[in-house]
Amino acid sequence: MIEIRNVSKAYGAGKSRFLALDDVSVTIRENEFFTLLGPSGCGKTTLLRTIAGFVDPTDGSVSMNGEDLLKLPPHSRPVNTVFQSYALFPHLTVRQNIAFGLEMLGKPKAEITRTVDDMMALVQMTAMADRQTGQISGGQQQRVALARALAPKPKVLLLDEPLSALDFKLRKDMQIELKRLQTETGITFVFVTHDQEEALTMSDRVAVMKAGSIRQIGSPRDIYDRPAERFVADFIGDTNFIPVEVSQIAGTVAQIKLPSGKMIEARAVEGATGGASTLAVRPEHATLGIAQDALMAGTLKNIVYFGTDTHYHVDLDGADSFVVRAQNTPGNKLDFSVGDAVGITFPPQVGQVLRD
Amino acid sequence: MADVSEVPSARERAIVRNRWLLLTPALAILIFAASGPLLITLTYSFLTPGDYGGVEWKFSTDAWFNVILQRDIFDDTLMFADAHLSILWRSVKLSLMTTIGAIILGFPTAYFIATRPKAHRDFWMLLIIIPFWTNLLIRTFAVMELIRNEGTLNTLLMAVGIIDDPIQILYTETAIMIGMLYVYLPLMVLPLYASMERLDFSLVEAGYDLYATRFAVLRRIILPLVKPGLIAGSILVFVPSLGAYVTPRVMGGGKQLMLGNLIELQFGQGRNWPLGAALSITLLAIVMVALIFYVRAAGKEEVPHG
Repeated sequence: MIEIRNVSKAYGAGKSRFLALDDVSVTIRENEFFTLLGPSGCGKTTLLRTIAGFVDPTDGSVSMNGEDLLKLPPHSRPVNTVFQSYALFPHLTVRQNIAFGLEMLGKPKAEITRTVDDMMALVQMTAMADRQTGQISGGQQQRVALARALAPKPKVLLLDEPLSALDFKLRKDMQIELKRLQTETGITFVFVTHDQEEALTMSDRVAVMKAGSIRQIGSPRDIYDRPAERFVADFIGDTNFIPVEVSQIAGTVAQIKLPSGKMIEARAVEGATGGASTLAVRPEHATLGIAQDALMAGTLKNIVYFGTDTHYHVDLDGADSFVVRAQNTPGNKLDFSVGDAVGITFPPQVGQVLRD
Repeated sequence: MADVSEVPSARERAIVRNRWLLLTPALAILIFAASGPLLITLTYSFLTPGDYGGVEWKFSTDAWFNVILQRDIFDDTLMFADAHLSILWRSVKLSLMTTIGAIILGFPTAYFIATRPKAHRDFWMLLIIIPFWTNLLIRTFAVMELIRNEGTLNTLLMAVGIIDDPIQILYTETAIMIGMLYVYLPLMVLPLYASMERLDFSLVEAGYDLYATRFAVLRRIILPLVKPGLIAGSILVFVPSLGAYVTPRVMGGGKQLMLGNLIELQFGQGRNWPLGAALSITLLAIVMVALIFYVRAAGKEEVPHG
């Protein structure tokens, strides 16, 4: 649906030249909840603004259903944006804000009234129709911004960290709400966030960005379970990194040697090479036990209780540290205390050999 | 609870008394400086002119009568004072045109400065403010130098061959308007810039995003949001233009009088202080009425500025 091909955006010149986008290519599909995830300054907002038309890329092409978007000014593109600060018009009421885009498109009055009413019902703001935008709460402003952007029925809705200004509880509700709206309207959502949990819970696909380029694209499960490189594994969730020796790679299966000398099978990311490499293991995929027969041995350094689960920090005998996360289910009581000699085990093909 | 707090203690009464004592000097200055001259002017307008200027303490409504009416010297018939009315009309017309001109020139200027990077804005503002700090007479003569028959504009146009004879601009109403426009333009740019600087430009982006063309964004988003600045600027330009004295004098060459010049004439050569006083009060009244209308009209759609 949206084809982004080799898009680059440079700011400044000479020594201060800075690439906000570095040769980005991605295809966003129809009816998809697509998330751009990355730390601040990674170029995710620049990419979103390129689609909206507020950023003119230095290089590359952006097209929608075969039509070149870069030739169109922002007000001619069939996309709408939910801005991070909402950017609601302070001199207009809730109803007038939502009607703005439709009026600009020159829709007949009756249709505008009907669509605005529908939109206000959709985001449950009907009771607030005639309020000024300064008189409603942050969460309500958020809903109005959504309704305003959805009212002209764009082919694509762009959302620039729309939940970052909301408090925790409201953010949780809005995550579910957004997903519901996307499913109900069938509009493609392109969502920008730095919050990995948001990305995982709402998206159909996630693109993880760093320093102006996309490092990995996949479903939330792919991204979490099969991170391709250290940055992705580190940015999304918690990960233990272990230096290993890869002796053999056959397809997606690698034979590796752990620092302890034990051999085990692991999954290999496309592009992973033999020799010295890094193995990523999620804390909840490993189990803590006695040192005997374990894959790796060490000393229990710290126990942190989190309510739903407990984190066990282990100093491995090779000086690396490793975190094991155990669910606090009834009967799952690990009888260890700080200073004990412990062992760490994980099943074959659970660890992931990274690209770099 | 209420009956405890409603009775002020002796200490509270003393504090209130001290506050009034501290305020007295400021209040005295305000009352005397604001209403004193006004009362004197009002009193003079109801007296009889003295033979060599000044006033005779004899009640008369002649001055007020003469503001817009005059009696024929020969047959005593009443008629409108054409001279006064044309000066009045010229003052209002030129002030309005100056205000409109200041909006047309000042709006893009203020927008330009407000959209520069923060570090550069002070420089641009300085360019606006430096002439504002320069002596009014010098600025007016500078404009005169530009537009007089042998001045920069005419010399340039003749050198290029667009015109053969110089255009007579100086000593016309146009000259007065150009002069006032130049002198009062900063008074439009400053408040406009202040409200544009506070303008959240993501609102402009939101407008474009919602299919608004450049013109629609200007009319539907920018204008309503900078309206307070536009109102302030218009008042700041219109009011001094209406009472302008130096600029019409220099640029109009004494031929194109405005209200300020007419008033000065009565206190000087005319030796008719009561008429001068009555004209002053008339000017004040016009300004007040214009302000009330303008603020009413502009305030109809209340703009909460955030």
